[in-house]
Order: sequence, then structure tokens, then C-alpha cells
Amino acid sequence: MAEVVFAYKNITKRFFGVHALKDVSFELERGRILGLVGENGAGKSTLMNILGGVLQPDEGQMILRGAPFAPKNPLEASSAGIEFIHQELNLFTNLSVSENISISRFPCLGSSPLINKKKMRESCKKLLKSLNLDISPNILVENLSPGERQLVEIAKALSTNADILLFDEPTTSLTAKETEHLFSIMRSLRDEGKSIIYISHILGDVKSLVDDIVVLRDGQVICGGPIEDFPIHRMINLMVGREISNVFPERHSHAKDRVILEAKHVSETGIVRDVNITVREGEIVGMFGLMGSGRTEFARMLFGVDPYKEGSITVCTEPLPKRNPQQSIKRGLAFITENRREEGLLMDYPILENIGLVSLPDFSSRMTRMVDSKRLFKQANEIATSLRLKCNDLKNQKVKSLSGGNQQKVVIGKWLLKHPSMLIMDEPTRGIDVGAKYEVYLIMEQLAKEGTGILFISSEVEELMAMCDRIVVWSQGEVMHEFEKSDFSQERIMRIAFRQSLEYSEEEKAVVNGQD
Amino acid sequence: MDKTRVIKFTMKNSTAVLFVLIFIMFGLIAPRFFTVKNFQNIMSNASYIGIIAVGMTFVLLTGGIDLSVGSTMYLCAVVCGKLINEAKMPVLFAVIISLLVGVLIGSVNAFAITRLRLVPFITTLITQTIARGFGLFITRSIAVNYPDSVTLMSTSKVLGFIPLQIFIFLSVVAVAAIVLGKTRYGRQLYAVGNDLESAKKAGIRCDRLIASTYIISGLLAALGGFVTITQIGRVNAGFGSGDEFDAIAAAVLGGASLFGGIGTVFPGTVLGTVMIEMIQAGLVFANIDIYIQPIIMAGIIFLAVFIDSVRTTQIQKLERRNILKA
Repeated sequence: MAEVVFAYKNITKRFFGVHALKDVSFELERGRILGLVGENGAGKSTLMNILGGVLQPDEGQMILRGAPFAPKNPLEASSAGIEFIHQELNLFTNLSVSENISISRFPCLGSSPLINKKKMRESCKKLLKSLNLDISPNILVENLSPGERQLVEIAKALSTNADILLFDEPTTSLTAKETEHLFSIMRSLRDEGKSIIYISHILGDVKSLVDDIVVLRDGQVICGGPIEDFPIHRMINLMVGREISNVFPERHSHAKDRVILEAKHVSETGIVRDVNITVREGEIVGMFGLMGSGRTEFARMLFGVDPYKEGSITVCTEPLPKRNPQQSIKRGLAFITENRREEGLLMDYPILENIGLVSLPDFSSRMTRMVDSKRLFKQANEIATSLRLKCNDLKNQKVKSLSGGNQQKVVIGKWLLKHPSMLIMDEPTRGIDVGAKYEVYLIMEQLAKEGTGILFISSEVEELMAMCDRIVVWSQGEVMHEFEKSDFSQERIMRIAFRQSLEYSEEEKAVVNGQD
Repeated sequence: MDKTRVIKFTMKNSTAVLFVLIFIMFGLIAPRFFTVKNFQNIMSNASYIGIIAVGMTFVLLTGGIDLSVGSTMYLCAVVCGKLINEAKMPVLFAVIISLLVGVLIGSVNAFAITRLRLVPFITTLITQTIARGFGLFITRSIAVNYPDSVTLMSTSKVLGFIPLQIFIFLSVVAVAAIVLGKTRYGRQLYAVGNDLESAKKAGIRCDRLIASTYIISGLLAALGGFVTITQIGRVNAGFGSGDEFDAIAAAVLGGASLFGGIGTVFPGTVLGTVMIEMIQAGLVFANIDIYIQPIIMAGIIFLAVFIDSVRTTQIQKLERRNILKA
């Protein structure tokens, strides 16, 4: 049995009388990676915030290296050797890489307030090298890619010689390659004797990365143990507390002949080239591609947020004006953006205001332009009920107090109130838990059944294959291939996304056969 | 490739480019503009707004604003004059006390903003009125005159050739540039302005940092007020009013962002200040109607800020990742 570095003992935390954590106990061993999984709202973040000194528990205690540990603020946790790598990056884009890394403890020249820049750069260089990151310490963070930024964040955590590292969904903005690089770094950190807690919704990653696992549900530890005992379907069942035999609902094809959306030869310098896509009534068309392959950019052009140079976009055979979201909405388009916090919701506003936002003109009287709030409330309430939105008070509860899955339902509800004929969904299931994902899929199936055309952007091949009638694969701003449902194959889709030919070359065949 | 590089360079240094263009333009209109005497005048006039603008830059870097600096100048100058004229206090002590009054006003701003959580705009608008109110109360709105011992200072030269006000200005700039660029405090200030939440998580004591910027701004406003009275020798009820906008304009012309996190004292704010003074001097040299001058001035500031906004989007466009493989 390895040495226990850190332990939670009977931790309880309440918010306004509601239990966020109930009697949570588990241990973290030296030189192990512990996966923490659970639905949104299961208490993972609260647990991490307690360890990180952001929150204090109501009951119970923590034991760090054999002694009681009760950090009052993040700085105390940090000086005790605990570092937090958040889901949202905490980098300062206007400062250099080396400054970001030393921001909390700049090395100074003697006892003067002047920063010892040389020392700062040297130690930064050493760190970057240990992470195999080939960037200059002097470059401003705003010039780095998301993946590089994530690694800088990790370098920052390592700079303090922390021996307990908490990773909260670190891969959401990374490409597959960057994720693999991150994991190999995490493994080598583990082998150096550091202890890591890893939180993620991507259970496949959890399975391949961690040594031990703890499953949380409704603020309680449901189960834990070595990862070998937890195949993915078991994790899911434990997380949701009910048998989910299928992660995806049953799909029927509802595609009709009538074309709702048609993009012809759409091009924009440096972004997309000669894109042709059609979506029919009741059809779900998937768009797959690696991060930065142009899918989101294309969706923004469709909706009229961004310009395009050439080509045409028509809705129900009528041309759609460029760069005019108001017109797009009028013509029945709806756009669920990738980033719900920044682009999809007014976080500090009540749920009702968010749901009503796009449809306000439909609910205002002709003469006075006053909003008929009774009618709005009634319809918003119907939508909320049909989406099974979990909330206490539609009128007064702020959106930011909802869990990720419920926030996403508010975004969807906002557009459903408008009864769109064409729905563009950009990563609608990112960062929400399995149960909420399932509900989003159900909504999609229902909408398709009612005749709505759906353009579904996702980076998870499995969900596209399960949900779509057709999948369009992107690479570097171009549509490379279209797969009909009968041709779906994860391997073939990935090959196209990586710009490989659909068929194996002779050499590859030899390699594959050789391995067999 | 080289062409886009030139464009990029021009855009990133648009303030400097505009500076040179305006400089050459006035030189062509009025050849007398290119005289050492004129430059000295410009620098000398720039010094007091420049000192205030340096303080303003600190505040702007945190995403705040300080509208009270004009009134602070006035109140501090009044206190200084009254202490010398009526309390017969030695000039040095009077100056120190008036600087402390500036610190006090800055502290009131800092307290209201970081402790009472008032919005900087409203807070400093209130202290603007209060400070001027006190000044008017003390003087009954009668002008204050300063003895020769004060006004003669403006003719004194440091090291035999640098006029005192320019020396003070340059010293303030030098200290501020080092503080912002090379100290822990300065770099953390940029961090606070870039992302307050992240700065808190990084263990930076944000409130203390933000509070300090208002105190610095108050102190420098008082110093700017003193530098002005050495030059003009008399302070009336309208002294300093509207100067907060010149200071903000100077900082913004120099590239500071009102949203925080972006801006420098050197070259930024210095360039902005000198540019404003240069335009003012140039308009006089070009014999422009005195009532038209402020309109042209405002037009040029509009142009500079407009270029800055265009430039920001253009730079983003140029540096945008090219998805397509060529």
C-alpha cells in the first residue's frame, strides 16, 4: 500500500441549507492519478474548492501528510504544495509566459522591489523544457494557441514544486494530439511521485489515464477503487444512479425531401473553401472535424454573424442575406453557440429573461411595444417543462446558479420559443453530464420528428454516429467527405478528418496485418 | 509578406506614426514650429498634464477611472497658497501638506471603491465635486496669488539647463515606467487589469493594488497642481476644471485601454501628452481661430481613438489563424 498524501474525512458542506457534500471521505496516494467523476452538480467542484482553499467545509476535516489541514485561501493551499489547474484558464493574456508563471512570487533583485528578470526567464525556460514546450518565455500569452496556454498553466502549477495537482476538465479546449501530450506529461509527473486528481466528463480519457477512481453522486461518494474494476458503463451507471442501458436514444430517420438550408460554394479567405452543404426537413446532419477545422466559423457565416466572400446560402430556396442575424432569425434559423457562458446566456439574468430574449418582439403588442409578460411566462414555462428544466423559480433565479446541463437547456429553450425550422447546434453537449446529454439527444430527436432541420457540430464521433442521418467531415476549412448513415465508421471518419485517404495504403495494410 | 509586415508595424505603433505626421504637418504650415524654444514650451506645457496623466494611467490599467484629479489639483493648490500666505508656513512644508491632501482625496476614492464597492466613475465624480467645493469654501471663490518664492521656481534650472517642471515630469515618468515595467507591483497591476478573477486566484491582493492606484493618482494630481502654480502664480475658481479629460485623453492617445490591462507610461502616455500639447501649440502657430481650436483638438483625439479601434480589429485579422493550407 502506497503512502497516503492527502485524505478527506467526513467532509460536509451546505449552501443555504442544501447539502452540496455529505460525509465525503477518500484518500489520495503518492504517485497515483485519481479520477473524480460525477454528474454536474454532484459536488466535484465544491470538493476541489475546499482542497484549494476557496471554500471551507462545514463539518469534517482534511489530512495533509498526516497533519490536519484547513486552508483559508488559495494562497495557503498553494504554499502547502497544492495547485489547481482550472477548467477556465487563469492566465493574463497581456503578460509574457514567464511573468504568468511567476505572477504570485516574482523573484526579486536582493531585497529591492525590482524583478530579477534573468532569473525569472531561466527558471521559466527550464520548466518549459521539462514540458517539451518549445516557446519563448518572453512571448505574450495572447499569441499562444489554447493548447499551449493549457501547458503554460501547468508549468505555472509546477513552478511552485507542488506535489498535489488538481486538474479540472483540462482537455476541453485541446486537440486530440495536445490532449495526448498532456496525458504523457501527467503520467511522467505521477512517476516522479506527484499525486494528481483528475476531473473529467470524458470517461474514455479517465479510463485510459487514471489509476484510481472515485464516483460522486448528489454530494456523496458512491464508490471508489482501482480503475480496472470500473469499466465505462459501470462508471455511468454509478454516476446517474439508474441503469442507462443506452447512452443514446433510439433514432428514426425523419428526413423529408424538402431542402431547408443550402450552402453553395461558400468561401472566405483563410477560413473556408468551397463549402457545399444541404440540410433537409427533419434531417440531422453532423459536422465533424478537428479543433479549428472551420466548422464553427462556417456556422457563424450561416447564421450571418461573420462575412463570407463567395458563394450563396439559401433557406427554403430563398437566398439569405449576408451578415444579418436578425434576418436569419426571421427566416427560421436558430444558433446554439459553442460557448454558452459568453455567447449563449446572460448569466446574471433570470431564466425567464434568457428564454424570452430572442422572442421578445413576438410577445410585444403592436401598438405600444410593451411585452406581454403573462403570455411570455406561460409559454416559457411550457418550454421549460417540456425540456425538463430543473429550477426553483423561472422568474427570479439567475441562470448562473443552474448546473451546466440546465444552462444548456435554457439556451435551447430560448430558441425553441421561436419555433425554428433550422437549428444549428455547436457542441451542444460539451461540458454537461451523461444524463443531461441524453436529454439533449431526446430533444434533438423530437425536433427532427417535428420537421426541424438540425446541423449538429461535435467533436465526439460517437454521438454524431448515433444521432445523425448524415455526417460531413471537415479538415482545414474544407468539406472532405460526406458519410451516409449506412457508411458510418469511426475509423473512416477519423481518417478523413486527419486528411488520410479513405482506404489503407499497401504499406499501412502490411503494418495493420503485421500487428494482427 | 514584407508589405503586411510594414502594415503591421505601422498599426502597432500608430500613436508614434500619428505623432510624427502631425509634427511634420505643423512644421510645414509654420516653420517657426521647428525651434528649440518651441519644443521647450511644448514640453513645459505638457509637464503638468503629463504628471496627472501618469497617475491616470495607473488607474486606467486596473480598469478604473479618476474624474477627481482636476478638482484635486485645485484644492491642493488652494491649500498650499493659503498655508504660505496666511499661515506663513515655509514653502516646502506647505507643498508637502498639499501633497498629503492629494493623498487624502485619493484615499477617500480608494476606500469608497475597494471597501464600499462603489463604481469608480460615480465615486470620483462625487469627490470631484467635494474637492472643488472645499476649495471654493476656503477661498470664497476668490483667486489665490502666490509669492515670488513660488513663481521663481519655474525659472530655475536643474543641472543648469533643465527647467524644473520638465525635470519633475521626467522624474515622475522615469519612476512610473520602472514601477510598471520592472517591479512585482507593476506587473501584478497589469494582471489585475487583464483578469480580476484570475488575479484573485493567483493570490494577488487586488483590492490593495487597486486602492493604491487612486492614491498615486491623487498624489500626482496634487503635484501637477503645484507645478502649474509655479508657472502661472495665480489660482482662480476654475483652475484645473476639465483637466481630468485632458489627462484621460493623453493616456488613451498613448494606447491605454479604458477596460484595463493595456497601456504604458513610457512611451505611451508621454507621447499622448506631448501630442496634445503639440497640437495645441501648432494650432496657435497656424493662426487658427481660438474658438475653433478646441473643436479641431477634439477632432484629432477622435481620429486617434478611431484609428486605435480600427487598428485593434485589423491586427486581430492579420494575426488570425489561417485554417486553410495554402
